[in-house]
Amino acid sequence: MIDTRDILETITMIQDENLDIRTVTMGISLLDCIDSNIDVACDKVYNKIVKTAKDLVPVCEQIEKELGIPIINKRISVTPIAIIASACKDENPVKFAITLEKAAREVGVNFIGGYSALVQKGFAGADRRLIESIPEALSVTDHVCSSVNIGSTKAGINMDAVATMGHIVKKTAEITADRDCIGAAKLVVFCNAPEDNPFMAGAFLGVGEPDVVINVGVSGPGVVRAALAKSSGLDLTGVAELIKRTAFKITRMGQLVAREASKRLGVPFGIVDLSLAPTPAVGDSVAHILEEIGLEKCGACGTTAALAMLNDAVKKGGVMASSKVGGLSGAFIPVTEDAGMIDAATCGALTIEKLEAMTAVCSVGLDMINIPGDTPPEVISAIIADEAAIGMINSKTTAVRVIPAIGKKVGDELSFGGLLGGGPVMKVNTYSPFKFISRGGQIPAPIQSLKN
Amino acid sequence: MRAVITVVGKDTVGILAKVSTKCASYNVNVNEVSQTVLQEMFCMIMVCDISNISIDFGTFSDEMAKLGEEQGLSIHAMHEDIFNSMHKI
Repeated sequence: MIDTRDILETITMIQDENLDIRTVTMGISLLDCIDSNIDVACDKVYNKIVKTAKDLVPVCEQIEKELGIPIINKRISVTPIAIIASACKDENPVKFAITLEKAAREVGVNFIGGYSALVQKGFAGADRRLIESIPEALSVTDHVCSSVNIGSTKAGINMDAVATMGHIVKKTAEITADRDCIGAAKLVVFCNAPEDNPFMAGAFLGVGEPDVVINVGVSGPGVVRAALAKSSGLDLTGVAELIKRTAFKITRMGQLVAREASKRLGVPFGIVDLSLAPTPAVGDSVAHILEEIGLEKCGACGTTAALAMLNDAVKKGGVMASSKVGGLSGAFIPVTEDAGMIDAATCGALTIEKLEAMTAVCSVGLDMINIPGDTPPEVISAIIADEAAIGMINSKTTAVRVIPAIGKKVGDELSFGGLLGGGPVMKVNTYSPFKFISRGGQIPAPIQSLKN
Repeated sequence: MRAVITVVGKDTVGILAKVSTKCASYNVNVNEVSQTVLQEMFCMIMVCDISNISIDFGTFSDEMAKLGEEQGLSIHAMHEDIFNSMHKI
């Protein structure tokens, strides 16, 4: 007989502590859809996605019911569209975005990612065309997500791309200003982008991946916080142990769902992303875990250390629970998607500078941060460059997803709704990096020894 | 294949009968029952064999949730895999 306490613990986690599977993401390679005629290529893309993913949503819904665990999002990631669009000379890649949107609606997924370009060492094929088309693509679609990889530990940072992305982020916000600038919330700029990431907005399927694959992202900040709240008098060794054990249980759910989805869809299982992904719901916040550990507010001195321990413990527990691990793996700190982060940002405890420090020790980077609408493009570029430098030097993924709140200033709010949440516009250092960004060129790849 | 049904709510006459009648109507065999009453709160866990279940398990799970709503109880039918994978290595 299964232990009664174990049964009740699982049910409490799901019912009261917001344990869920954040996403089942089907990766679909579009390499076999390349055609010099863009209309033919779009037809092939549409047909392949609809044919391959037609059962994704119903199968996930069936698994949800049988196992009794919610699967919040069903998503698709595809080969970076800049690669597919390269064969279509001089065409506007937005046609691909519209095709992805149509396919996403047809199969009923929440998001489709891969309107992407990888330019860490330079631009090729349709890279420039695709990047220039991002604002339009994100304004005429609802489900399409876009990402651009501008740097890596092996290649360095493409500062020409960084300079361009400052303008693109700004323009994307401007063109969707009537919808709370939501376009920018669907655009992420990466350094060291993973090829098997199931999370949006940065999901795409790398060219080294199989034709079709199932990747799963788990959630569960609420469960970790509740476990810490129920324990008392633990020193930090004990806290790390408790987080590890809890992360193990959370990840086992992800592994089970990934295996079931893979079996029922007849698609290979790729990875489980060991993530603590918050939602704006009360009780599902990474910031609240840090506060439970003992900080008055997230952003206080000590936040980076607490987050480093949390992130490491989540990985240690999760690795043991899953046969294959990948993606972004770690604690996420998206400000507008986390009730505790929103509070901390509103009261001034959490600043962009502190968030930048936090990104050095946790998953991803400056995520879902509203900045003043009059922030110049070169400042956005410089934020991207700083963040990419942290990723490049530390051999980790970092990213920037900032939302210039057009027409708004510090203290005003943006509201996106759903998982994207909403929150205050945060202060940005306004001293100009114009000359630095205008120089362009490439920051060379860093040395990998003499680590100090 | 086994499933775990949990019933939590205010103790009233015939809870066990109602849940097990529902199980029987879909050819679900109840293997083990454990129940406790804590300050009028009724908490029951049933482990059932669903190898010969006559409907789709997802629908069965919906039916159980519906029965719970009618009776003012919280009833969940979940596949045992979720408990095994979370608590056993």
